[in-house]
Amino acid sequence: MIPRSFQYVAPKTLPEVVRTLRKYKGDAKLLAGGHSLVPLMKLRLSNPQVIVDMRHLRPKLAYIKSDGKEVRIGALTRHAEIEHSAELKRVLPIFPAAAEWIGDMQVRNMGTIGGSLAHADPASDWPVVALATDATLVAYSGRTRRIPAVKFFQGPFTTSLKYYEVLTEIAVPKPPPEHGWAWKKFERKAGDFATVNTAVFITPGRDGRIERASIAVGAVHTKPYRATESERMLAGKVPTIDLLRSAAEKAAEIAEPASDLRGSAEYKREMVKVFVRRALVEACERANLIRPQVAEVR
Amino acid sequence: MARRAGGAKAAGPLSKVSVRVKVNGVEYSHEVEPRLLLVHYIRDVLGLTGTHIGCDTSNCGACTVLMKGPWGDEWRAVKSCTFFTPQVDGAEIITIEGLARDGELHPLQKAFWEHHALQCGYCTPGMILSALGFLKINPNPTREEIKKGISGNLCRCTGYVNIVKAVEAAAKEMREKGSWI
Repeated sequence: MIPRSFQYVAPKTLPEVVRTLRKYKGDAKLLAGGHSLVPLMKLRLSNPQVIVDMRHLRPKLAYIKSDGKEVRIGALTRHAEIEHSAELKRVLPIFPAAAEWIGDMQVRNMGTIGGSLAHADPASDWPVVALATDATLVAYSGRTRRIPAVKFFQGPFTTSLKYYEVLTEIAVPKPPPEHGWAWKKFERKAGDFATVNTAVFITPGRDGRIERASIAVGAVHTKPYRATESERMLAGKVPTIDLLRSAAEKAAEIAEPASDLRGSAEYKREMVKVFVRRALVEACERANLIRPQVAEVR
Repeated sequence: MARRAGGAKAAGPLSKVSVRVKVNGVEYSHEVEPRLLLVHYIRDVLGLTGTHIGCDTSNCGACTVLMKGPWGDEWRAVKSCTFFTPQVDGAEIITIEGLARDGELHPLQKAFWEHHALQCGYCTPGMILSALGFLKINPNPTREEIKKGISGNLCRCTGYVNIVKAVEAAAKEMREKGSWI
């Protein structure tokens, strides 16, 4: 399959990237790892007139840095670099855990977290992780704009980025070391996009209580969402399996899945209940709020 | 004539872009149309037809090659159908033709032969280069890890049992030899 013809530019600096985007108004498209855009262009579902390749920005925008307050991941960091990052495994293990389930090894070797977030496929994985971890997405256009993840994703393949803005960084607040987390991705076949995916963060409080729960769900709506009512149900409570099950059922109420080859809408809604419940149980186990459960309970 | 989707206008003269790559140790330099896919560059321009096109949709892995750099990337397996050729300017690439040394097969090639890890052979070049890229990351894998490592490559005739055995055997030989390529 051959894409339509396009003009190709590979700017050397970030200001030059922004200038190019401004020059071509919405007709230019940024190319990071290319593992979402190139397949779409081959299918001619996307036909940009100008491709702005970010490859020269790799030395500047591929990094994982962590200080006392937050972990900052450069937009051109590849999925594989996140998957194998010792620092992330230590301070923010949900990131390597989620990375491991993206596509396959070859895709992870090239695809980037920034490309994936800016692409905003409603079934992709990073938007769900970004939502659950209260990440901030940093955009550059000559000046820097910090966009909370909840305001970033607007709809299928649509973000709040302006056409002249470049996503440069994902900044994630550092969770307390005792936090519980879980990443669950239900895929129909190896390396597929999610039928449903969910990320859960649990901050343990006093007396075996959940201080704060954060639940994000993807692939079952026009954009990934936070299950805020479920989060409220859990805040300040001692978790029981029944409570976690009710919270998971609540999370499924927001879902508006589309019936497609990955399953009917009804089926997907059921799967939201199952996978959010499993994620909540696992996150509470990791936060030492419940004893490890037998598989049947999960 | 087909209409351009989205009503896009032609964006002026479409110029070719120059690309320099090192493939199997040989330096090449060409002017290419930006939309030329890397797999077509390797097969049609360089004539290295050991790199196959299977699904052409980033699923099957038949087009897998090893690539290094140029922007801080170590040797890694990638799907050459999912690149525009200018993206790899300055990179080094190894295809299946670049694995044997002085007529001696690479341990992975030998192991695929010995363990009957192919029937039609169509997936084999991609399978071997994926396995090699995987073993670079994980030189001493379990069977389960091998299965997950090569899950980006599809085989439609042999099945995967002998492929996994071959990768396991090759990994052992490569560890003993202490050489990767």
